[in-house]
Amino acid sequence: MMEAAVKPAPAATTSERPYLQIAGLVKKFGDNFAVDHVDLTIRQHEIFALLGSSGCGKSTLLRMLAGMERPTSGKVILDGQDITMLAPYDRPINMMFQSYALFPHMSVEENIAFGLVEDKLPKGEINARVMEMLDLVQLRKYAKRKPYQLSGGQQQRVALARSLAKRPKLLLLDEPLGALDKKLRQQTQLELVNTLEKVGVTCIMVTHDQEEAMTMATRIGIMSDGHLLQVGSPSEIYEYPNCRFTAEFIGETNLFPGQVVVDEPDRVEIESAQLGSRILIDHGITGPKGMEVWTSIRPEDVRLDRRPPANSHNAAQGKVEDIAYLGSFSIYHIKLASGKVVKSTVPSSRWYEAGEEPPTWGDPVFVSWRSDLPVVLTR
Amino acid sequence: MYNDGRLSWFLKGVLALGYLFLYVPILSLIVYSFNASKLVTVWGGFSTRWYGSLFQNDQIISAVLLSVKIALASACAAVVLGTVAGFVLARFKRFRGSTLFAGMMTAPMVMPEVITGLSMLLLFISMQQFFGAPSERGFFTIWIGHTTLCMAYVAVVVRSRLMEIDQSLEDAAMDLGARPVKIFFKITLPLVSQAIASGFLLSVTLSLDDLVTTAFLSGPGSTTLPQVIFSKVRLGLNPEINALATITVLVVGTIVIVANYLMMNAQRKRDKAIAAAMRGDDADQQNGVGNAKAAVSLA
Repeated sequence: MMEAAVKPAPAATTSERPYLQIAGLVKKFGDNFAVDHVDLTIRQHEIFALLGSSGCGKSTLLRMLAGMERPTSGKVILDGQDITMLAPYDRPINMMFQSYALFPHMSVEENIAFGLVEDKLPKGEINARVMEMLDLVQLRKYAKRKPYQLSGGQQQRVALARSLAKRPKLLLLDEPLGALDKKLRQQTQLELVNTLEKVGVTCIMVTHDQEEAMTMATRIGIMSDGHLLQVGSPSEIYEYPNCRFTAEFIGETNLFPGQVVVDEPDRVEIESAQLGSRILIDHGITGPKGMEVWTSIRPEDVRLDRRPPANSHNAAQGKVEDIAYLGSFSIYHIKLASGKVVKSTVPSSRWYEAGEEPPTWGDPVFVSWRSDLPVVLTR
Repeated sequence: MYNDGRLSWFLKGVLALGYLFLYVPILSLIVYSFNASKLVTVWGGFSTRWYGSLFQNDQIISAVLLSVKIALASACAAVVLGTVAGFVLARFKRFRGSTLFAGMMTAPMVMPEVITGLSMLLLFISMQQFFGAPSERGFFTIWIGHTTLCMAYVAVVVRSRLMEIDQSLEDAAMDLGARPVKIFFKITLPLVSQAIASGFLLSVTLSLDDLVTTAFLSGPGSTTLPQVIFSKVRLGLNPEINALATITVLVVGTIVIVANYLMMNAQRKRDKAIAAAMRGDDADQQNGVGNAKAAVSLA
């Protein structure tokens, strides 16, 4: 048995001490802000995902952490050391590239050993580490192959092994599964998380795929236009988005613009022309009366009925405009009197339990929701 | 376009004509190199006497040796300089005057050789006046002239290869702890080695048959092969030249065929390996499912 072959899995309580600290990080290309004053702290052993569409600055942020781009201003502190101006080859950080960037003229073994050879480790140790890594990604029998003799999934595992071989303090993953086809990607997600947790490495991954981020990450940061809009666990981000962008980017939602007309400590009423009735929320918000707000309600929280609901708030009548039948559930598009289309996800069992025929195209129906479900967004 | 997989008689005819046009002169040259007659245009029976006299002709032998020496020397220099230039063109961020540099790099390819040769001749003459060197024109001056010309070709070949290579390979090497100089030698250079090799061969060929630049830069006692052939042909056609040309065709042809064979072999091996890896993928995927299941059951 190799001594400390892999670090023990992290204890369930990850330390709260900031391990990586990014403070006021800015990158300007010409007059454009690619990354605009980003502050972020990452805990040890965390798998953090930066999620955003292409061009949002997430890759630039990652490249600044790797040292490939020089920040315009700001600081990066890793484990107590200021690494802002350190060259890429001096950082205790390794990266797994989207294209894997495996050296085509070297075998799998040589690829994994590359960083260790650069560090001038003794030969025996290099061999031991390479073997350890090959076992970790289950590619021992492929050690002598060249990258082009491997399938996409195997190449991804070699890239992972190579980036872990130096035991980096921080591992960066650039769209780790972006080059794989969809079916392989879903299997690989779990496999990758298992490996990362086994090693216990602190990770930052960049992805545009929200499913990938939510499956793999302990926390997610949503980026848009160079700004970090929201940071939180997958469920926090989905259930309590703090802005319209996050609400629409993560999953689907229905947004209603409106004004606050009643703002009590225990309830808020919002006048929304698009809905045609008031939106009632059973908790207070802080903000002046008359403030412009948006109310977000997820399709799965929108209840669909043939009969009018009891309450006059949080409800509206409409016509079924479109139905997408997806087996266990259907997505209904309901057109309200204002022209606004509301999406509602209805489990197929819903009609069966109620003993009703499912509504079809053109049927008049009512949408409604519980007053604890909507989220009020001020930006 | 309509195509039943066969060529029409018209296309066949055009094809044949084209090939005839290209190869009949070469073939007749080869055939006439075995001509016993001293007259190039009259067939006087089979003989290899011109090959014999060719190898006794010191002027031709020394010209061949000089040409080969110059070709190898200028190809070596061109490969080093051209690779560096190609690397700068492909990898350096835009710097002041980078467009000018790129344009000047390729200028020797498009500049009429007469002008290149003449300007170099003038340069060498004035250098001789001011610095006393180069004291005479010969191997050294031809070498510089050919290197200038070949370097441009190498730079273009290496640059285009570098543009194809995923730059994240170099980023990855840097990320893993390699410094820029080491990256160049351990990653970049091996990846462009094929382009460098073809640049080298191209340079050898260019240098071997260059006549115009050489004419300006050569001096007494440094006559290259193309110069000898050219001057001999001017004095009237000579069967020895036919023999020489036949040998050249033979050597070049052999090199091309062997190189092609080796490259095709390597490609076939590679294709096989890729196909094998793709088959392995399916088995691997099932393996992956097993792992995922194991993980789930552990949880």
